[in-house]
Amino acid sequence: MNPRHDVDPHEGQGTSHEPTPTIWPVGFAVGIACIFVGLIISKVVLVVGAVLTAIFGFLWIRDATRPFRGEEAPAEAEPPPARPRPPGTRATGPDPGEGEVVRFPRSKFLEATTLGLGGLIGVIVTAPVLGFTILPPFIKQGHPKVDVGAIEDFPENKYVIATFMLKPADGEVSRRTAYIRNNGFLDQSPSFTILSNRCVHLGCPVQVNGLPLAEETKTEKTATNTVTRIPTAAAAGFGCPCHGGQYDTEGNRTAGPPVRALDRYKFEIVDGRLLLGNTFSVSEVDGTGADAKIHTYPLAGPGQHVDGPEAWLYPVQPPR
Amino acid sequence: MAKQKPSRLDQLVYLLMYPLNWLEERSSIPGRSGLVGGVKYFLFRKVPSDISWGHTLGSAALTAFIVQAVTGVILAMYYKPDPNSAYESIRNITDNLWAGWLVRGMHKWGASVFIILLFLHMGRVFLYGAYKYPRELNWIVGVLILVLGMLEGFFGYLLPWDQTAYWATVVGVNLQATGPFVGPFLGDVLRGGAEIGPDTLARFYSLHMLVLPGALIALILLHLWLVVRIGVSSPPWSPDEFGRPQPGPPPAPRKGLVEPAPRNGRLVAPVGRGARRR
Repeated sequence: MNPRHDVDPHEGQGTSHEPTPTIWPVGFAVGIACIFVGLIISKVVLVVGAVLTAIFGFLWIRDATRPFRGEEAPAEAEPPPARPRPPGTRATGPDPGEGEVVRFPRSKFLEATTLGLGGLIGVIVTAPVLGFTILPPFIKQGHPKVDVGAIEDFPENKYVIATFMLKPADGEVSRRTAYIRNNGFLDQSPSFTILSNRCVHLGCPVQVNGLPLAEETKTEKTATNTVTRIPTAAAAGFGCPCHGGQYDTEGNRTAGPPVRALDRYKFEIVDGRLLLGNTFSVSEVDGTGADAKIHTYPLAGPGQHVDGPEAWLYPVQPPR
Repeated sequence: MAKQKPSRLDQLVYLLMYPLNWLEERSSIPGRSGLVGGVKYFLFRKVPSDISWGHTLGSAALTAFIVQAVTGVILAMYYKPDPNSAYESIRNITDNLWAGWLVRGMHKWGASVFIILLFLHMGRVFLYGAYKYPRELNWIVGVLILVLGMLEGFFGYLLPWDQTAYWATVVGVNLQATGPFVGPFLGDVLRGGAEIGPDTLARFYSLHMLVLPGALIALILLHLWLVVRIGVSSPPWSPDEFGRPQPGPPPAPRKGLVEPAPRNGRLVAPVGRGARRR
């Protein structure tokens, strides 16, 4: 016979032979650990540890001395009484029938502790791994400003095809193309139209519907970047080779599947040099050149509407 | 009678099982490790008498998967998942390494063969009604295998790192990113950033050769286990009702094949012997 079954489940309860079950030693141990860690790294942790130790030590002592002080132990779930095994039967396996197992309150505590600690360890291990998988794509996604040349390199009212590395540290994989048109001056300040060449249908590279003057290509090496500028003659707009999207010279969609106008780069002029900043999205452009009215939105991915009811499908954009 | 010559099949089974019997004798109390029993249960189980070549499409797809796994492991020995060297390493495999063109070709064309065989297998199962009770769960597992197989194709397509691969992936990921609400975030997670960058290639490589194959192998094992447990179904026109739910009390479980328990007489497929009489 299994010796477990000979034990009276109520033995030790209500007598002073064994302490009543209590959870406070866990907190007490955490407090001690904090004291040791605090001794090494910080006084704040030391104080926190001392406070925890004092509180949980007091609670533990209060629980442990309860029988001596004549108080009733807190009610425990009564274990089912052990049924005596019928004579002549024998255990069929290592684990006798489920209902016959004597369950001590302590075993319940151990069960809960094992499950709880196991779950906690699982979370502690899984959370950083999941975060490492998912979070880096959303952190530090910006890019430095890109110097694409002096203002004089961009003739008025002609598109120039400029290619450059958006993040020189990433190398050629970050190479981008922008279509840059010098619109002359608007109220004494220079005006540029700078279109991203990424089609707003699904991100293919749109091409100039016109004549790139390849023999006039200029390549300029800056400190961190290599910029190529190809002037164009008579650009009548832009077209995408993948699915046939068409845009006019302001980047407005004229045909095909794109859902808005071409994205644009913010720009600034420092010491006569044209610097490209972040991109933003445009629903449409009224007018042309320096007088155009541009309906701007925060950058959205290709194929995503920025205005109208369809834009409700994309209420939050990842940080850029 | 006792000295009757063993049949061809018996000889074949003896030869095939010889190494396993050797192992079993030396690894455990004879007959307890389940090795011999398990292999016999898997390889020499009973199937309906009128199955056809159509029933081999699943095994063919499994073979295609094994070819993909083996050639993929070998390609991974030479491939470098780095934006500056990926394309050159592919060229090296194709042009310089001995039989590299062959192994890469097997992997490239084998990918299409795998998907085509999956669809043919799926078509056979659909047209034979073999997805019906009690095999619905295995149909679902099969659909998951198809989805993961196509994802393998999507993630593997970027790895040659040429213009086709690059722009096809730009379009593919942006397509995911147009999904409502979570789409933009899904796109960023897939790319490892707002744009395809240095991390994207390694990310796709890891998914293509570690995550998805692991999941596929697990699902394929589950798929096979269900096939063996439930048994192969007869064609719908078959007079052989083996492997088909029968009306009446459930038969005693047979060794080597668990008969599916009938739900009730009304729902049993009206084909087979009874149908022929009508």
